Amino acid sequence: MANQSTPFAALSEPMRVAIFDRLSERPMAVGELAGTLPVSRPAVSQHLKVLKDAGLVASEAEGTRRIYRIDPAGLGPLREWLDRHWERALAAFAEKVEESE
Amino acid sequence: MMQATKTISPAPIRKTLHVKADPEKAFRVFLGAMGGWWPKGHSLLGSPQKDVVIEPRVGGRWYEIGEDGSEYEWGRVLEWDAPTRALLCWQLNGEWRYDKDFETEVEIRFEADGDGTRVEFEHRGLEAFDRTARDGHVMGMDEGWGAILEGYRQAADAQA
Repeated sequence: MANQSTPFAALSEPMRVAIFDRLSERPMAVGELAGTLPVSRPAVSQHLKVLKDAGLVASEAEGTRRIYRIDPAGLGPLREWLDRHWERALAAFAEKVEESE
Repeated sequence: MMQATKTISPAPIRKTLHVKADPEKAFRVFLGAMGGWWPKGHSLLGSPQKDVVIEPRVGGRWYEIGEDGSEYEWGRVLEWDAPTRALLCWQLNGEWRYDKDFETEVEIRFEADGDGTRVEFEHRGLEAFDRTARDGHVMGMDEGWGAILEGYRQAADAQA
C-alpha cells in the first residue's frame, strides 16, 4: 500500500491539490469546499483526512462545523526532509559520543 | 480564532536525546568533531567529505573540508557557551547551497542528566526556506517537490 501520510504522496492526487489550493485562499468547512468542487462531500472528507494525516491541513471545530485550514505548523516536505536529516545526524552523533575512548 | 495567520511559519525541528557521556564530552564531540559523525552523503563538495569544522568562538566559521582540501561554508557561530550551549547560523538554503543572506538558527543545549547528558536540539527560523522558494529557488530533487513547494509558496502569499 502506498504511504499517503507524506506531503508528497498526499498531493499526488489532483483533487487533493485542488482542495489544498482552496484552503490556501482561506479556511473553509467541508460543505463549502464541496460546493466549489465537482466531488461529493464524503469524497472531500476523505481527501481532507489524507491531507490532515500528512500534516498539510489542520481542522478546528467552530460550533457544529469543522473548519479546515492549511496547517501553519505542518511542514511542507522540506521541513519533513530536514527533520529526517537531523534525526539521522543526531543518531550518528549519539553513537559516536558513546564510543569508549 | 479562525483568522488566517499572517505568514506560514513552519514549526521548529526539535529533538531531544540522552547520551552516555558527560556534557563536556558531548559538547566536544558534537561541535568540535562534527566530521566524525556527520552522515556520509550529506556533503556539498565534489570530493568526499574529510571533515566538518566549527571555529569555537562567536563569529567562527562552520564549514566542511573535502578530501581534496576544498572548503564549503555552511554557516557561522552566533553564540558559544561551552560546554552547555551553542547557537549556530545554518546558511544552507532549500537547494542545500550556501547563501550568506539565508539564515536559520540551530541551537544545541547540553545538560547533565543522571549518568549522562540530555541534548536538546532545535533548528528554527524555517520560514527562511519559504522565502528561498518564493524567489524561485525551489528544491530540484524532483518535480513533485517543486510542485509542493509552489503550493506552499502560494499559500504563504495568500495568507500574507
